[in-house]
Amino acid sequence: MTAVASIAAAQPRNGVTRIVGQSLTMAYRGLLKVRRTPEQLFDVTLQPIIFTVMFAYIFGGAIAGNVQDYLPVLIPGILVQTVVTGSVVTGVQLREDMDKGVFDRFRSLPIARISPLAGALLADTVRYAIATTLTFVVGGIMGYRQVFDHLGWTVAAGLLVIVVAWALSWIFALFGMLARTAGSVQGISFLVLFPLTFLSNAFVQTRTLPEPLKVFAEINPVSHLITAVRTLVNDQQVTGDVWLSLLGAAVVVAVFAPLTVRAYMRRA
Amino acid sequence: MATIPAIEAQGLVKVFGDNRAVDGVDLVVQPGTVYGVLGPNGAGKTTTISMLATLLKPDGGSARVFGHDVAREAATVRSLIGVTGQYASVDETLSATENLVVFGRLLGLSGKQARAKSVELLERFSLTEAAKRPLKKFSGGMRRRLDLAASLIAQPPLIFLDEPTTGLDPRTRAQMWDTIRELVATGSTVLLTTQYLDEADQLADRIAVIDRGRVVAEGTADDLKASVGTASLQLRLADGGDLAVAEARIRNLLGVQPVASAERAWLTVPLQDPERVTDLLVELRDAGIRLAEFGVQKPTLDEVFLAITGHEADRSTAEEAEKEQVPA
Repeated sequence: MTAVASIAAAQPRNGVTRIVGQSLTMAYRGLLKVRRTPEQLFDVTLQPIIFTVMFAYIFGGAIAGNVQDYLPVLIPGILVQTVVTGSVVTGVQLREDMDKGVFDRFRSLPIARISPLAGALLADTVRYAIATTLTFVVGGIMGYRQVFDHLGWTVAAGLLVIVVAWALSWIFALFGMLARTAGSVQGISFLVLFPLTFLSNAFVQTRTLPEPLKVFAEINPVSHLITAVRTLVNDQQVTGDVWLSLLGAAVVVAVFAPLTVRAYMRRA
Repeated sequence: MATIPAIEAQGLVKVFGDNRAVDGVDLVVQPGTVYGVLGPNGAGKTTTISMLATLLKPDGGSARVFGHDVAREAATVRSLIGVTGQYASVDETLSATENLVVFGRLLGLSGKQARAKSVELLERFSLTEAAKRPLKKFSGGMRRRLDLAASLIAQPPLIFLDEPTTGLDPRTRAQMWDTIRELVATGSTVLLTTQYLDEADQLADRIAVIDRGRVVAEGTADDLKASVGTASLQLRLADGGDLAVAEARIRNLLGVQPVASAERAWLTVPLQDPERVTDLLVELRDAGIRLAEFGVQKPTLDEVFLAITGHEADRSTAEEAEKEQVPA
């Protein structure tokens, strides 16, 4: 019995540092998985590159007269669209993970039950960072000079997008918990996100839209985030849209984090 | 001091919808022993383990692991157990080393300790060569071994093994048995579930036979076998017309009553002494009775079930009955 006692004593349970440590380990695991299956990163690597190049050359002339003038409008739009869409993956992967045998082991270990969820959310910020960097770099190379000229502002804009995407990933994590299969998470999420990202000011000025769409596009939180990125990078200004985006993110986390954690704990 | 049982379960119940998957299971497992839970698919073995390992909440009854209640002190219980599931509970996309390091870190080892531990365990389970390969390329046996290795990182005093050898080839199965014996030799307590009587016989100090969510028999392997009987010799005659003659000859020679099945020209002979098989075959040849086929059948789980419960086990286990047929 002494052996039993010493093992139990050697594992002080769940102080905050321990939970953070375990969550970081779970995040590390998430990143290891990405390294093993790099195709998981296509949506945050190839997609921003292809979309940027494609949209710039297809719409540039028609919308802004030329490609150069379109980039300051387009790049923030593509960035937000890519990163926000990328946050869906959190829910899909979490669902896949929970259906696998390895999750049973996590549940049988003396670890904080929240750590697999926290780790997944943490690891995904790396995905957003990759997408953000790539989009800005591609835009910069194509001639979006402001990106490199005011690097500090670009970084700030990038961080803003990452924070918002992280907040949104709580929503999709909840979908992941409630949906029956990983595939349905993807389906539901894109049904919501597709109109939300396109019915915005991502690619065109909202004043060119018919009235009902214009009203929607202007209250669409995605539009506010895009505007915030544009003003940060193009004008080096912190406008109300930045604060509005952060406030929105905070509200989303305040509402969805408890719901997601509760749904997660019930299943985990 | 009185030893605290490694596991003590009283009246465990788990209900899924209308199905009482586990319906009042009592178990007592002494520390340092191997306890076998034997039963067919769907008998409630995995559900029982899941409750003991804190993965499922019991709907009734209680269980303690080294004196700690699985429901109220789940965190303490988790620090005392290792669980190896029926389906490998390891990460498919990661390598063996990465898996062990991640589990080690989660258990509070430093990065360095976790790596050292994974090297040690991979060596012990003969997985060193495959350490860097992703698990997708692992064979079933390698996966199971890694799975077991992962359960041993924290050197838990109690290890649950859910059907550790189901689906393994005989050689890998024997390796797994050796590993389990080693574990017990180093002082661990093991609770394993199995569909195979011979596995429980080989490994377990005590066996509980479980059927439809209830423990229907409990005891040592010898106790159980005594209730089932010995091996039997199966004969198929070339000519069904010889059945009566063959039956009489066997009765005279061995003093036992064979069971005949006329439409298939089969004879089943209870076999106490394997030495007498030769005599019996010579006797049949002298009588001019030709055999189409013969084989020796060990007691199967089916027969254990038939003997203990009075009804047959599910079809799935009947298919796995060990029948060593030799064409005559």
